[in-house]
Amino acid sequence: MSKRVLDINELHTHFFTDKGEIPAVDGVSLNVSEGEIVGVVGESGSGKSVTSLSVMQLIPNPPGKIVSGEIMFKGRDLVQTSLKQMKKIRGNEIAMIFQEPMTSLNPLFTIGNQLIEAIRIHNKMGKGEARQKAVELLEQVGIPRANDIVDEYPHQLSGGMRQRVMIAMAMSCRPDLLIADEPTTALDVTIQAQILDLMRQLNRDLNMAILLITHDLGVIAEICDRVVVMYAGQVVEEGTTREILKDPQQPYTKGLIRSLPDMKAKNQKLYSIPGTVPKPKVDMVGCRFAPRCEYAFDRCFAESPPLYHIGDNRTSRCFLNERDQREVASHDETVIKG
Amino acid sequence: MTIEEKDHKDQRLAPQQQLLEDEDIEVVSPFRDAVRQLRKNRMAVAGFSVIVFFILLGIFGPLFTPYTYDGQVLTNRLLPPSAENWLGTDDVGRDLFTRVAYGARISLMVGFFAVTGALFFGTILGVISGYYGRWIDMLISRIFDILLAFPSILLAIAIVAILGPSLQNALIAIAIINIPIFGRLVRSKVISLREEEFVMAARAQGMKNGRIVMHHILPNSLAPIIVQATLGFGTAILEAAALGFLGLGAKAPKPEWGKMLADSRDFIQLAPWTLIVPGLSIMLVVLGFNLIGDGLRDALDPKMKN
Repeated sequence: MSKRVLDINELHTHFFTDKGEIPAVDGVSLNVSEGEIVGVVGESGSGKSVTSLSVMQLIPNPPGKIVSGEIMFKGRDLVQTSLKQMKKIRGNEIAMIFQEPMTSLNPLFTIGNQLIEAIRIHNKMGKGEARQKAVELLEQVGIPRANDIVDEYPHQLSGGMRQRVMIAMAMSCRPDLLIADEPTTALDVTIQAQILDLMRQLNRDLNMAILLITHDLGVIAEICDRVVVMYAGQVVEEGTTREILKDPQQPYTKGLIRSLPDMKAKNQKLYSIPGTVPKPKVDMVGCRFAPRCEYAFDRCFAESPPLYHIGDNRTSRCFLNERDQREVASHDETVIKG
Repeated sequence: MTIEEKDHKDQRLAPQQQLLEDEDIEVVSPFRDAVRQLRKNRMAVAGFSVIVFFILLGIFGPLFTPYTYDGQVLTNRLLPPSAENWLGTDDVGRDLFTRVAYGARISLMVGFFAVTGALFFGTILGVISGYYGRWIDMLISRIFDILLAFPSILLAIAIVAILGPSLQNALIAIAIINIPIFGRLVRSKVISLREEEFVMAARAQGMKNGRIVMHHILPNSLAPIIVQATLGFGTAILEAAALGFLGLGAKAPKPEWGKMLADSRDFIQLAPWTLIVPGLSIMLVVLGFNLIGDGLRDALDPKMKN
């Protein structure tokens, strides 16, 4: 197995609000290896974005705070890293792109201006040289007329182009890890496919690991090697994209896959999982998905299912998988208890 | 390749080229765009002309008259406008045109320095409280609240009373009472910008706080600040005149417009021009700044663009 770039262990990120403590991320463990694309999928409110912001140490504090857990990045624990060090890592070793390309660029400055600035944060480089690099980066992400575009303003570009610019900006320092928080949600389907192609190409060419946050299983199927399914702040299932899509174990994952429109079945009502994601609370009893689960039985409401290891790098948080459970190494035992 | 084939190829390329040329719209910086919008606004142009007129009057006006602003010619008291004294004379025989021209210097200077001072400190405090939040925001905002709880002119009077009446102290007082106005404006703008995705993106790039403020937050909050500064110019001049009128600003014989008003209010029936001239000057300058301010607000508001 290749080297792990990112290894999140038992991460707890809580928000302290007037209505009490909200464990938005409640004991999440996941890892990303070199050159791998890992998808994190789940409904709104499942803690995907909070997990990614935790990695960047960009949780708004107050009210948010990483309560416990570790985020190992290339052998360093980001939770313990000083803010000063963190600023050197952000953009340089870990880059991030956001959901809304329309608002991710400063409307007052030209594309080139912003790219040059991003390049010069972490590289000692003259303005002329940085401009040259900016044009190269724009070409690398497939922007036509890169030489003209550098002098244009964000409002003159379409959403897809802006997302390409954001990716160019993220690539400026050749990061080891790219966190993409719903990078294609705001784009239409054809542009979405182009952006995903671009991301996969960069992943291959530069051997850059990608943590892709999305709620779209289509996106996952398109480019991810592995998938982590999240629900109400917890990981509920993990496996390779193929395993998850072909043979989902956890009922939530099953529901998600059933909710995808089927091209063959005509005139059929689209399946949707009844109910909504519960608001995470500190002391929740039972399986978090139980109220919406069609397989739920007494035990599901009484105790919380652990994450069962049912294969290599394959886990599921459901009592139904108890008998499939494999012998696990002692290292992983702590994970199960959580 | 035969000619026919070549032609065919050219034809195929044509629409694409057309498209590229169409896309080649002029790149306009937001600043240039605002100036362009402003020039279309007639009222703003009118306001701008008035201000330019008073600036020129302040600079060159005294060159046109043989008089000085404090030269008393006691035989020429309360003369109506004439060829010698274009706007007449006051109760001690000073030429009103000369005095108003010098007064323009004082008023515009007071406006400029008071607004600059208020803008400078208001922006710093507003950014600190908006960007860093928490207790420092609490502290600064409450100070603003306290300052705004007083009627502004009353506060100015109190400050001048402490510092002692003089033009310089009036200017300081006006700057101080305007700080919370700018401070609050900047704070609210900073708070909304802080949540913008491009600020988050800048943070994710590893940008330092100082840079984020200078490159992302301040430039984007500039529009309302410019508008408020222009409007504040008018208010500051008005407040300076009020302090002068109350005898808390410029001292005689300085030709401060408010002071001129106060000095000649006994002659309103005998020689109305002694009041009308400085009074009208105050009104026109303040109106000019207000018109520019309104024009700027429209020009800088993206929703008003057509």
